[in-house]
Amino acid sequence: MTFEPKIVGFLCNWCSYTGADLAGTSRIHYAANVRIIRVMCSARIDPTFVLKALHDGADGVLICGCHPGDCHYSEGNYKMMRRYPLLKALLADYGIEKDRVRLEWVSASEGQRFADIVNDMTERVRALGPSSIKTALATDMAER
Amino acid sequence: MADKKLQIAIYWGAACGGCDVSILDTNEFILDVDALCDVRLWPLAADGKYKDVEAMADGELDVTIMHGAVRNSENEHMAKLLRQKSKIFVAYGSCAYMGGIPGLANLVPREEIFARAYLDNPSIEPGNRTVPLSETTVNGHDLEIPKFYDRVYKLDQVVDVDYYVPGCPPQPDQCKAAILALVGALTGTAEAPPKGAVVGAFDRALCDDCQRTKTEKKIKRFYRPWQIMQDPDTCLMEQGILCAGSATRSGCGVRCPNSGIPCRGCYGPAPNVLDQGAKLLSAVSSIIDSKDPQEIDQILEGLPDFTSFANRYGVPASLLQRSHRQ
Repeated sequence: MTFEPKIVGFLCNWCSYTGADLAGTSRIHYAANVRIIRVMCSARIDPTFVLKALHDGADGVLICGCHPGDCHYSEGNYKMMRRYPLLKALLADYGIEKDRVRLEWVSASEGQRFADIVNDMTERVRALGPSSIKTALATDMAER
Repeated sequence: MADKKLQIAIYWGAACGGCDVSILDTNEFILDVDALCDVRLWPLAADGKYKDVEAMADGELDVTIMHGAVRNSENEHMAKLLRQKSKIFVAYGSCAYMGGIPGLANLVPREEIFARAYLDNPSIEPGNRTVPLSETTVNGHDLEIPKFYDRVYKLDQVVDVDYYVPGCPPQPDQCKAAILALVGALTGTAEAPPKGAVVGAFDRALCDDCQRTKTEKKIKRFYRPWQIMQDPDTCLMEQGILCAGSATRSGCGVRCPNSGIPCRGCYGPAPNVLDQGAKLLSAVSSIIDSKDPQEIDQILEGLPDFTSFANRYGVPASLLQRSHRQ
């Protein structure tokens, strides 16, 4: 059986979720590997969510918010913009491959862009193979 | 008070011994402890051999206070043995509670640690290739030392823990409060805390108890404490000094920030925080005063090793627990 990556997508309600919706209503075909979780704003995406998704077995995490300047709450996406580089540094220190977590800005009119991002990310994560985090932690607890 | 003295053991795993000292730092209260309890094992301060513990009946000890993380097979063996012999098992201090400073080693492979300690260290005599092995034969005798594990475990990843006392080390007042709570529970004079409770600390974040003035935070650069003349009345984070208070449980008496030193997070995650480092990451990066990705990167260069800071006392307790480098 071929490996199908499980990717958790955190999408902001106002731009990116609507963009993903547009991809659907426009009947754009794209990889079915992203499980979308709608949040009110990309600022709501606590880094804990990303780590928890990886801990629980996600192979990748996609974060999407409004383009800078377009946030429904004026400043929310900037908070995500600031967290992201530090989160990437933390993930690198924990030895997580960089392609497993990705931040993209997707507007409500960018259905095609959302589909392209999902397709590209799915292929990158597929190339990395399944995430070993969940099984590695279970093995740590089982044998010493 | 009950006629029979309480039977207690105090033991250490991968630890520095500071937790033992924190118990002794309760000063004359230690005499009350002695009056109330028989100390059956306490390697730092009293006699008592492993075989004495092995000879005990299950549950013979009322309380074991164990500090230190689990780094090797001896730590694990003793943790399991003492758990079996104890009615109440307490993880005492940051290492037992979260992995502590030894837990930082989880970000580095075991081989690298050995190479650094025994092969590449500048203080090692050139040509000396002596590396400890868990089993070796000398003059026909088989010798064993504890096996060094691939990673560090916090105590409850190895044994069932009833209560946690955070701190590096726990503050003497809190140590005293925790011991009195246990004595009260065991003698029936007070209600026992619920299993899994964090005792000797509060259910709020350190910022809630910090007296410094807090307003809206916006910072253009990060400072190490020695790089800036500090305003003693203003929130340290607002001055650009990295402080872990917002993600950390209160209970220490705000000792560090009150002395002009930023919180390092030794009391562990604030209540309902799953991952202290992630929470701190969120709080710290959100206050950067810039909307330009390049400038943000530049400002973040002021945090050269944020991962180790954010998880200083708890890599094994973080969601990812250790490096997953293949």
